[in-house]
Amino acid sequence: MEEAIIEPTTFDLIVVGTGLPESVIAAAASSAGKTVLHLDPNPFYGGHFSSLPLHDLTSFLASQSQPSDARCPSSPQPDGSDHTSVHLATRPLYSALNVTSYSAEPLESRKFNLDLAGPRVFFCADSAVDLMLKSGTNQYMEFKNVDASFVFDKNSGGLNSVPDSRSAIFKDTSLSYREKNQLMSVFKLVQGHFEVAGSAESDGGGRRISREDLQRPFAEFLNRMQLPQKIKSIILYAIAMADYDQDLEACKDALKTEDGLDRLALYHSSVGRFPTALGALLYPLYGQGELPQAFCRRAAVKGCLYVLRMPVLALLADKDTGSYKGVKLASGQELFSHRLVLDPSFKVPLPLANSPPASLQNSSHVVGLRDVQGKVARGICITRSSLKPNVSSCLVICPPRSLYPEQVMAIRVLQISSNLAVCPSGMFVFYLSALCEDAVEGKQLLETAISSLFSVPTSGSPEDTSAEQSENTEVLKPTLLWGAVYIQELTMLFQKMYPDEEFFPNTASSDQIEDDSGLDHET
Amino acid sequence: MHGRPRKAPTPEEQRGSAEKAAKLCSLQSQFLQNHHSKIYTKEALEISAKLLEANPEHYTGWNYRKLAVEHNLGRPEEAAGSDFIDSVFAEELRVVESALKMNYKSYGAWHHRKWVLSKGHSSTDRELRLLNLYQRQDTRNFHAWNYRRFITALKSIPAEQELQFTTDMINENFSNYSAWHNRSVLLSHLLKEKAQGYFPKEKILSEEYEFVRNALFTDPDDQSGWFYHLWLVDQTVKVDAPMLVSSWPPHDYDLSNPKDCTLDDCGFFSYTTFKYHTGKFPLVLYFSEAVEGVSASTVTFEAEYDIDTILTWTPLSTYNSVCAQAWVTHLNIPDRKINFPKAYPVKVSLGHSQGIISSSGIPYSHRSCITVYIPLHDSQKAEGQKLERILWTDENFCNLETPCQKSNPLNSVLQLRIKEEIDPTAFKWNAETIANEIAHCRELLSWSTWKIGKLTLARLLMAHGAMMVFNSPDSLNMVHFAEVLELYRSLIELDPTHSQYYKDEYSLVFLKKVILLSVNYSCGVGWGEASLISIPTNLMVASSIESLLGYCRQYRDSTPLSASGCLCLRLSNLSLSRIGSVENFLWLQMLDLSHNQLRSIEGLEAMQLLSFLNLSNNKIGSFTALDPLRLLKSLEVLDISYNEIGSHTVDTRRYLCTSPLSHTVGSDWNFEEFRICNDSVTNYWEAFSLFRDLNLIQLDIVGNAVADDKFKSFLHKLLPGLKWLDGEVLL
Repeated sequence: MEEAIIEPTTFDLIVVGTGLPESVIAAAASSAGKTVLHLDPNPFYGGHFSSLPLHDLTSFLASQSQPSDARCPSSPQPDGSDHTSVHLATRPLYSALNVTSYSAEPLESRKFNLDLAGPRVFFCADSAVDLMLKSGTNQYMEFKNVDASFVFDKNSGGLNSVPDSRSAIFKDTSLSYREKNQLMSVFKLVQGHFEVAGSAESDGGGRRISREDLQRPFAEFLNRMQLPQKIKSIILYAIAMADYDQDLEACKDALKTEDGLDRLALYHSSVGRFPTALGALLYPLYGQGELPQAFCRRAAVKGCLYVLRMPVLALLADKDTGSYKGVKLASGQELFSHRLVLDPSFKVPLPLANSPPASLQNSSHVVGLRDVQGKVARGICITRSSLKPNVSSCLVICPPRSLYPEQVMAIRVLQISSNLAVCPSGMFVFYLSALCEDAVEGKQLLETAISSLFSVPTSGSPEDTSAEQSENTEVLKPTLLWGAVYIQELTMLFQKMYPDEEFFPNTASSDQIEDDSGLDHET
Repeated sequence: MHGRPRKAPTPEEQRGSAEKAAKLCSLQSQFLQNHHSKIYTKEALEISAKLLEANPEHYTGWNYRKLAVEHNLGRPEEAAGSDFIDSVFAEELRVVESALKMNYKSYGAWHHRKWVLSKGHSSTDRELRLLNLYQRQDTRNFHAWNYRRFITALKSIPAEQELQFTTDMINENFSNYSAWHNRSVLLSHLLKEKAQGYFPKEKILSEEYEFVRNALFTDPDDQSGWFYHLWLVDQTVKVDAPMLVSSWPPHDYDLSNPKDCTLDDCGFFSYTTFKYHTGKFPLVLYFSEAVEGVSASTVTFEAEYDIDTILTWTPLSTYNSVCAQAWVTHLNIPDRKINFPKAYPVKVSLGHSQGIISSSGIPYSHRSCITVYIPLHDSQKAEGQKLERILWTDENFCNLETPCQKSNPLNSVLQLRIKEEIDPTAFKWNAETIANEIAHCRELLSWSTWKIGKLTLARLLMAHGAMMVFNSPDSLNMVHFAEVLELYRSLIELDPTHSQYYKDEYSLVFLKKVILLSVNYSCGVGWGEASLISIPTNLMVASSIESLLGYCRQYRDSTPLSASGCLCLRLSNLSLSRIGSVENFLWLQMLDLSHNQLRSIEGLEAMQLLSFLNLSNNKIGSFTALDPLRLLKSLEVLDISYNEIGSHTVDTRRYLCTSPLSHTVGSDWNFEEFRICNDSVTNYWEAFSLFRDLNLIQLDIVGNAVADDKFKSFLHKLLPGLKWLDGEVLL
């Protein structure tokens, strides 16, 4: 590759990595009139948020599962320079990668656009959707509605549709009349609560839930409404999208009533927000990788400079104060900026992050994407048939304890069909995810989900699936053609930048950076 | 479209609407000028289009355009070029469309569109596409639904396809009265036609019950599903063909010598006999619903004496001259001096021809036959009967006397129901279905209180009870009267806005309870000792207290020749607001309804024997509310004191009644004839139309706002036969 010289050499901001949060920041900073350089070591946009062909996906996951080869640590710069170079190490974000192909013929790798970090869908009323509308990135993308949501029924092993609206409850055939009435009562209670909260005088039928109750666990609130487990499970995991088992004594992340109600409200305001989308959830055409690209495009329009295939080798620090000055590229060029944003795979060098405290306390010049305790287990499956006949895309929730008694986490499975241009026609791609403590737990969660939802051919006889199907005539499970399971480290961006600048014109506050990346990881 | 609260207009909005009004005014004056001068040029049409697009409610504007179309198409120089015709109608459709954009609930605009389409020059496909668009924007716009029915009829779209459309719309949002309504219209049609896949009716209705139950249970507060449910219940309960429910005299009844000898002993019906001096007696037929076509050709008589076979039948209805639930004719009483035979049988038959038709067009086809025994006219007995003033005080009424305890004196009159051969399996599905709905309703109400749920349960219980009793009168103890009455009592409290309706329903159920318990009681006694044992003792006790007999008194006063001994039904102080179960009271001569909450006395017109009526201390608001009395030719004593006649300036019942503007009634009224002290009495129209048909002897009207001295002298003039007015003897 011809080593290009980047001009100018000084920027307001250098962003390393074109993942979604980095792209949003680059676009926001560019829109605010800052000079921005956006670098990515990969030959494609999106980093850990991209959608890749089949082989590229596996090789990327494999490459990112190894720690970067340790190069020379911080080396002093040639004499006369006023700064030192600190080597930038990366850490593996993925582990326990396991890829299996069951297909007799090889799959056409190029015809796939597989998300590295799925499943990821948007609520129509999500603030991230507002962000896309406000930033104008929506013009580079097209979204489609996720047709349906289902919840895994542990008794029948089948999928029940999630009665998420008044009309869905009406149409539902799996609920008893009693259950229909109870579920609708909860929806009306929530609606009444927000109606009263929204208007000064409470002349409506709504009744505000007391402040005290709002602070209590949501599961307890639902219990007091004497809801049966089935209804509770639908509300908690398929509508409020809780991750942890809310009925556990020591629930790690007990949803407060207040937050539970907010999530129900988000869900309900999503239904019917857009006239073309009847359901609550959206998925972009060509995969999630379109998102960071759209923000990068927006940034480029606003003057952001893009350089791909350009790894950053080291950070440059002031010799005297030790504070950040710039970056050293693989091309050998040194570039300087006031601020730096690094993608989450970098380990921010300790000396720079810790000392001297004074300079970092007042204004953080280096923003690393801090890691959060926890991991997420992800899986990708490819089949030739849908989980439900006549449904092309859907979200399936396996609530805690629905697959096996010790299951503490909800597992989400997103089915996407070829009509979203992510796979060859006639095929379906499934993204599975579940939060987990460690790789062992994560693998168990996903593998149980896969074996419950799909028919997994025994290795050696990939096409011999007729026997299992004839035994199990009730539910025809899709047969797995290809599967991958891996563990990803959870990362989040928490720092605020440019607090004085507007975060995209018309946008309320820069807090949204935080919100968006948070939500992205959740779903 | 729905549920948007009205906001007070801002000053800008007010300014805006003032400007708009000024613009409209000038447009309108230009338009009216064109209209009056019959100018239908292109420019003139444009002005009307502008006006209608700004204000689609301008009916004259639409009519003008219709005239313009007819005028322009009729011009000879245009010589019916089809292109020209099409363009004229296309322009009309365009104007309607932009008017509908302004307000797509404009009656005028939709009507104009129908008019254009009915001319047959426009594409119905396009209309259907347009409708799909409108109905997606506002799924509940009944104008669009209405128009859809019009277009689908024009296009002959099969009802099955339209039914699927309603299913889709309901699935989208079941809170849609229009969709449910259209569903009922389409299903009625399919069931009537017995279309493929829509037979048997029972199967389809069961599916519909399940379908709507999803709506009722999901959101019981939403009333649209309940309305459809009510329609389903009606389909389940109603009997298609009209039936003869009761008659006066009842079958097998001997007017001269009722089989139950106690009647003679007690003398309850002495007054009946007394009335025979006119030489005629009324024959009343009471049907299950309003029918027309009762005449000398549809009802035939066979008698051993010479009766006038060309009888005139009168419908007993105050507002309909061809259709009524009860019909009356007057039969001659054979006038012979010879005392043998004592009574002649008269056989009344109907159902042999299809001339009697219900309002829904279904003929009465059940062959029925009633035989009654007519006494001879005793002219001597008729002489010299003098009536004393009737006093409605308690002292003048006594409990029925001892002979009656052995056998119920009401026996013979209460068995009025036309006994028919009943197939015990006939209503099996219907009764089971209603029972099932009752169970579901009870389940729903066990979770929380829903007013409409309670109302539905009350209706279902009554419907079920009626079916059970119809199939076998023994099952009377299965009718949950107490529960139904309690439901209405709680509804009156829960829903004060509609309390009047609940009070009416309460009254009807109460009366039904009174009469049904009596029927059972009397039947039991009538069948003799053996059947007495079969009736549970508790029911006997309950019925003897609560039944009709408990409300029956005998009138007694000092003068032996008056109404003394007459049987009186005293339903006073019972909070009744409506009268019902009239079919069981056709024999009544004396009725006390005082101290209730009656606003109307609808139904009373069928009691053709009624001679003494006490309506004092009720809530009768006008003379028009007393209209049914006009049909009671036997009425002699009337007490309407302490009501609210004249207290209400607006008579809300007026629209139901004959109007002074009508040419058919009252054109013969000569105001001058009743002029009092040179005062015009034109405002006594209602009183005139009521009282001029009555032959009252005694009237009490004190305690009404209308009853001043002037009015009393008017009455005195109007009713020459009146002997007592408010207790004063008139000379």
